Amino acid sequence: MVIFSVYVVNKAGGLIYQYDNYVPRAEAEKTFSFPLDLVLKHHDEKVIVSFGQRDGIRVGHAVLSINGVDVMGKNTGEGKDILEYLRDANNYPVSIRFGRARLSSNEKLMLASMFHSLFAIGSQLSPDVGSSGIEMLETDVFKLHCFQTLTGIKFIVLADPRQSGIDTLLRKIYEIYSDFALKNPFYSLEMPIRCELFDQNLKGALEVAEKAGNFGAGS
Amino acid sequence: MTVHNLYIFDRNGNCLFYSEWNRKKQAGISKDEEFKLMYGMLFSIRSFVSKMSPLDMKDGFLSFQTSKYRLHYYETPSGLKFVMNTDLSVSNARETLQHIYSNLYVEYIVKNPVCVLGHNLDSELFSSRLDAFIRALPYYSPRAA
Repeated sequence: MVIFSVYVVNKAGGLIYQYDNYVPRAEAEKTFSFPLDLVLKHHDEKVIVSFGQRDGIRVGHAVLSINGVDVMGKNTGEGKDILEYLRDANNYPVSIRFGRARLSSNEKLMLASMFHSLFAIGSQLSPDVGSSGIEMLETDVFKLHCFQTLTGIKFIVLADPRQSGIDTLLRKIYEIYSDFALKNPFYSLEMPIRCELFDQNLKGALEVAEKAGNFGAGS
Repeated sequence: MTVHNLYIFDRNGNCLFYSEWNRKKQAGISKDEEFKLMYGMLFSIRSFVSKMSPLDMKDGFLSFQTSKYRLHYYETPSGLKFVMNTDLSVSNARETLQHIYSNLYVEYIVKNPVCVLGHNLDSELFSSRLDAFIRALPYYSPRAA
């Protein structure tokens, strides 16, 4: 019963705050001999698996480290191109660590803006009158909850599908936002939130929500 | 308790089938544009979900809900997409959509030598069976809730 992350999106669709509470990193490290039986390809400045699944390595996983040295984008730690390195039989046996790639800040910005638009389209395509945008999006691994305030700020929480009490948590986060960000005289509206008290109180609220499994109405 | 409408898209984004039962508000754009927008939204949601997901996913995107309706989604391994909008009381329509695929689509469209896959499904038998099936659903009521 876990809350993965929190995003706050402003009126224009830009990400103004992001916090990763729990990031499960499923990684697999294996030693390979020539030739490599997985097909790798370049994608977005990373090297990912495009074909071949075995022992916890899935399609879409990125190369995280080679022989214990973390990779830097498309190149190994020493600066050599990864695909070239792995095509050379002399470099084998090699130990490679694969895992889900961590999202970079740029990617998070893009995803937040993407959700801002999807939220609006969900409202436009409604078969019923007076519908809001997407308030809850469900997959088999996580549930995304979104609360849009009257001023257009969206609070988005990604949590475990079985976690309850997220609605109360979203309203609590709104309360924390208005107390520690809006009332902060050095904070400008719609700008990224850089207020320590906001961070602290948000972490506290998430802890309470996770522990209770249900953010109590009494709190 | 009601079903609003149902879309079926193929893997290229063409809308093969659409029918509505209890739709109260039109989208304000032509039907063609609405199909493209719906497909585009689903394609973007799938890509969004695969990037955002903290763990590897098996089934992927299942459904979303707004304050008034819930959209259920089922995709077959062949890229066929079944999309159903219902009201909020229906929590899980995945089995319904799977049933529509295996017992209606496969039986009356795929096994029909006259029906060309990839074009608009114009099998009257399919439409009438689908209509009867939807109306027989436990959560369907002809008067909008």
